[in-house]
Amino acid sequence: MALHFELVSPEKLVFSGEVDQVDVPGAEGDFGVLEGHAPLVTTLRPGILTVHAAGGEQKIVVLGGFAEVSDKGLTILADTADAVKDIDRAAIAARIAEMEQEAAKMEQGSALDKLITRLDHFKQVDRHLTGTAMH
Amino acid sequence: MASLKDMRVRIAATKATQKITKAMQMVAASKLRRAQAAAEAARPYAERMDLALGNIAAGMAGADGAPKLLAGTGSDSVHLLIVATGERGLAGAFNSSIVRLAREHINRLVSEGKQVKILTVGKKGNEQLRRNYEKLIVDRLELRGVRVLGYANASQIADKVLAMFAAGEFDIATLFYAQFKSVISQVPTAQQIIPPKFDGSKPAAAAASYDYEPEEEEILGDLLPRYVATQIFRALLENNASFYGAQMSAMDNATRNAGDMIRKQTITYNRTRQAMITKELIEIISGAEAL
Repeated sequence: MALHFELVSPEKLVFSGEVDQVDVPGAEGDFGVLEGHAPLVTTLRPGILTVHAAGGEQKIVVLGGFAEVSDKGLTILADTADAVKDIDRAAIAARIAEMEQEAAKMEQGSALDKLITRLDHFKQVDRHLTGTAMH
Repeated sequence: MASLKDMRVRIAATKATQKITKAMQMVAASKLRRAQAAAEAARPYAERMDLALGNIAAGMAGADGAPKLLAGTGSDSVHLLIVATGERGLAGAFNSSIVRLAREHINRLVSEGKQVKILTVGKKGNEQLRRNYEKLIVDRLELRGVRVLGYANASQIADKVLAMFAAGEFDIATLFYAQFKSVISQVPTAQQIIPPKFDGSKPAAAAASYDYEPEEEEILGDLLPRYVATQIFRALLENNASFYGAQMSAMDNATRNAGDMIRKQTITYNRTRQAMITKELIEIISGAEAL
């Protein structure tokens, strides 16, 4: 029933405690983690992480990082992690604009492909944030 | 005996010194608060990463094809010592205690016939190590212009170290820094970062093998360089907090010593002044009696 979940970013320990379920934006697709999940290591894409605990849920924006599931629980090492309500939408928009400019300058190749995938992830996050703001 | 005027000048000089050390102490105290918060906030990430990587490493133990960054090159003949110290002095034994620990390691390694390369981060460590080990220092980095330590500073150092490793220039890298325990206690620490050494609680044979998504190599190829940068970042933050802690207590001592000296000098000054007055009185009185 209870999954031990820890979310840390280089600046601070964002979350630590027992939860019911966590939905994680994995690099190769979203996945949910419940107690007793098979051991797994994966990279994260920029996306939104949902924590289900005590009947409620909490959404946290992570911009890349790693997730590790072991018998002790789920540990996420995020590059940045901010609750949806605290996130600076302007900063994300600025990142998107910056990446678009960079992409325009770059030549064809795998680096460009990677950047475009990253850009898409950011746009998705942005769309989601604007979407929730309207409700 | 010094004249009264000389003594007055000396007391004034000691008072001026005391003012300076007092000011430095207060500056260090205010900077310490921020540095300490930053160091403490960075600890969970580095610790969790250590733990996660330790689990992965245990899961991979014995398997072929583990990346060199994780498993080592299989040799231990060339050691890289990354010695992180402060940019400035006047911080008690802070810099020299890190250097002393590094020096012990160097001497031990050299006597075992290993090749040693030194990378210094910070000006003071370079100055002290240059005296004895000039030829061993391969590179020096300074963080002089840096106002706020960021992850970018650490990854710059990490990139340099990783490039050296990729070029096969060393087998084992050890990081030296002072761990911040409290204002009065900073512990010089040596930490092996390439290949990483995980202490203690190795999850025994039960360590499950992990599923990797995407490929194992890709994940570790991303995770390991980040591990190195994270450990260096953490070391820099700990060092920064330790530096201000050491400086604060050193300056506190200096201020107190100056206070003691002022008191002693003032007493001597007053005694001498009194003695002179007495002497003059005796001269006047004996002069008057002679008449």
